[in-house]
Amino acid sequence: MLETLMLSRIQFAANISFHILFPTITIALSWFLFFFKVRFDLTGDPVWMRAYRFWVKIFAITFAIGVVTGITMSFQFGTNWPKFMETVGNIAGPLLGYEVLTAFFLEAGFLGIMLFGIKRVSARVHTLSTLIVAIGTTLSAFWILALNSWMHTPQGHEMRDGVAFPVDWLAIIFNPSFPYRLSHMVIASGLTAAFLVAGISAYRLLKGDDKQAPKLTLKIALSVAMFLTPVQIFLGDMHGLNTLEHQPQKIAAMEGIWHTEKGAPLLLFAIPDEKQRTNHFELAIPKMASFILTHDLDGEIKGLNEFEGNHPPVAPVFYAFRIMVGMGMLMLLISWVSRIQLLRNKPLPGWLLKALVAMSFSGWIATLAGWYVTEIGRQPWLVTGILTVEDAATDIAVGNVGLSLVMYLILYVVIMTAYLHTIFTMANRAVEIEEITDDEKVKPVINTPIIPKESNHV
Amino acid sequence: MFEANSLAVIFVGLMGLSILLYAILDGFDLGVGILLPLSQKDDSDTMIASIGPFWDANETWLVLAIGLLLIAFPAAHSYIFKELYLPTAVLLISLVLRGVAFDFRAKAAFSHKPTWNKVFKGGSLLAAMSQGYMLGMYVMSFENTLVAYAFSLLSALGVAAAYAYIGACWLIMKTEGALQVQAVGWAKKAGIICFIGVLAVSAVNPLINPDVFAKWFAWPTTLYILPLPIICFALFVYSQMQLKLLPAVNDKGCWRPFVCAVIIFTLCFFGLAFSFFPYIVPGKLTIWETASAPESLSFLLWGVIIVVPVIFSYTVFSYRVFWGKVQELRYH
Repeated sequence: MLETLMLSRIQFAANISFHILFPTITIALSWFLFFFKVRFDLTGDPVWMRAYRFWVKIFAITFAIGVVTGITMSFQFGTNWPKFMETVGNIAGPLLGYEVLTAFFLEAGFLGIMLFGIKRVSARVHTLSTLIVAIGTTLSAFWILALNSWMHTPQGHEMRDGVAFPVDWLAIIFNPSFPYRLSHMVIASGLTAAFLVAGISAYRLLKGDDKQAPKLTLKIALSVAMFLTPVQIFLGDMHGLNTLEHQPQKIAAMEGIWHTEKGAPLLLFAIPDEKQRTNHFELAIPKMASFILTHDLDGEIKGLNEFEGNHPPVAPVFYAFRIMVGMGMLMLLISWVSRIQLLRNKPLPGWLLKALVAMSFSGWIATLAGWYVTEIGRQPWLVTGILTVEDAATDIAVGNVGLSLVMYLILYVVIMTAYLHTIFTMANRAVEIEEITDDEKVKPVINTPIIPKESNHV
Repeated sequence: MFEANSLAVIFVGLMGLSILLYAILDGFDLGVGILLPLSQKDDSDTMIASIGPFWDANETWLVLAIGLLLIAFPAAHSYIFKELYLPTAVLLISLVLRGVAFDFRAKAAFSHKPTWNKVFKGGSLLAAMSQGYMLGMYVMSFENTLVAYAFSLLSALGVAAAYAYIGACWLIMKTEGALQVQAVGWAKKAGIICFIGVLAVSAVNPLINPDVFAKWFAWPTTLYILPLPIICFALFVYSQMQLKLLPAVNDKGCWRPFVCAVIIFTLCFFGLAFSFFPYIVPGKLTIWETASAPESLSFLLWGVIIVVPVIFSYTVFSYRVFWGKVQELRYH
């Protein structure tokens, strides 16, 4: 059933890769919106409401795509990976259950009020709803990453007749890789949202938008990016050290180290050759990998030779890791250069604005690349040491999986095209709208509904 | 720590509740989608505005229902959805399409709006029909026979009609003027088709499944269960009579058809649940054979006890915030 296995893999990868793009934006964008709303409540400056109104629409579309593509996931676990639930369902089930109960309902329940309820509830309740949606999106990351991390570094369970049973729920949730993975992912979301806000704001400025709102959101997004990029690099390093401890074969694949060595070089580029178990065209900094991973220039790093037959495919992990790191470096550079330029009170030059527009979805690339590193890096295991991907696969007819896969792929292309088109259409439309008028500048009194004079302003 | 056998009953009850709430709540918003007229632009905006604040949360009940099946009865989840693999894929794709269409129709270039309206309507219809098809196959014990397919197709139409019916009743309650008049007409027609569908399923179900027949026609159980179809029938009649009186002066009783529909959905659901309990895969697997480990279910049950009442209270709060006749939907 190799074909069904391969198609199931591709289908699951396609579904989850497409799905994760949207929560990655909304987890952090919801906190941006909460910030805009609080600033509006405190200052009464209508520019904050402008920023809120523009971004809440993008939030709504992104959230909706996230919800509906996520429903797919809850069906696939059973259909395509039946052995997964049979073997570790006692662990995975409750974690997924808590995600639905505490996170999905929270966000979906208050989303209606957040999006459409501003005239129907007090300012305080509306701001609170925005906060609750933000908490809900973040909680969903908490639960799903607890499960995902457990699949990488399982603990707190015992095996009876080949089935995992929970022993200590706290140990299961707070498994060794969880704190690192959660913080790395939440910050990844922060960066993805920051570069999206910066990119779309820059796009509006490039299109001749001279209003306050895009300038303000550009500044805020760049501040966030400038602060979070170094934090993320630091967290990524910590996560790497944690992986070295628990999944050394993944590190060996990431670094392209075929044989255990002391003073391993950091490969900037190479072409890993799985057949000859070596690299071609290496471009390396001597001893740097050992230094980063062991904090010792001559530290020993285990090579793939120690894990023969039990390590992930090297090339995809190796390349994806470099794409992620490269994207991170680019983010660091662009955010610092732009933010310092703004700090000097100079408008951003056209090339820098264009670079920011080009970076609008850079968070997506970095996040996906990072996920490929960690998930492909877990192979051949689905749950480390407990269940391999091959054993978990379904026996559904290959034609059915093939058909559903093709339908999903077509759907995803359509949605992605419409999504990108719509975001830029909204940005273009926002350019046309006039600057805030004087009668919008009324200081709001907290606790009364705020009814802007013209509701369609962006 | 709860006892293993009662945990299975508690969780199948929770799953049943989620399915019922899903059928009612997403039922009305799928129904509104099915009824969406493609020609009159203004009406379509009002109709969609009536479900705008709710549909995300409504679909979350589906995630919970499927999630509970996966979590509490994993073997049943994998059995059922392997049998229903393709209809499930169609359901998911149509749910995705209508979900995104909802947002794109309002925000994309205006020229694309009619296209997204069509996608929204088509997606809603296809989602309802695939659910009905899946229900039909479930009742027919996933038989791969021509009769089973034919029955499932009939069931697909029945569920689409049922959703259109509750959707029309929702519109009667939430709208006024010409649209309300139109909704009354829709509710009458869809109500009749839905009634025929319910009759068909009720007749076929005991004939196909000997266990179900034995259950319904075992004295004295029949006596206790008999009120269920009788009340259901009476409600269909009462709701058609009410629909004749609508729209009324001062909009009196505009909520009655919707309440009738909710009760009819509930009764039909109980009828089905009674037919199959304790089987979760008809005639093959019981809830006790498929339940997860008690230590896992206990851990989740504590969360359910604390969280579900909170979910109910803020769901009610959200419906109260948007109480009354629908207003134009705007992002502030």
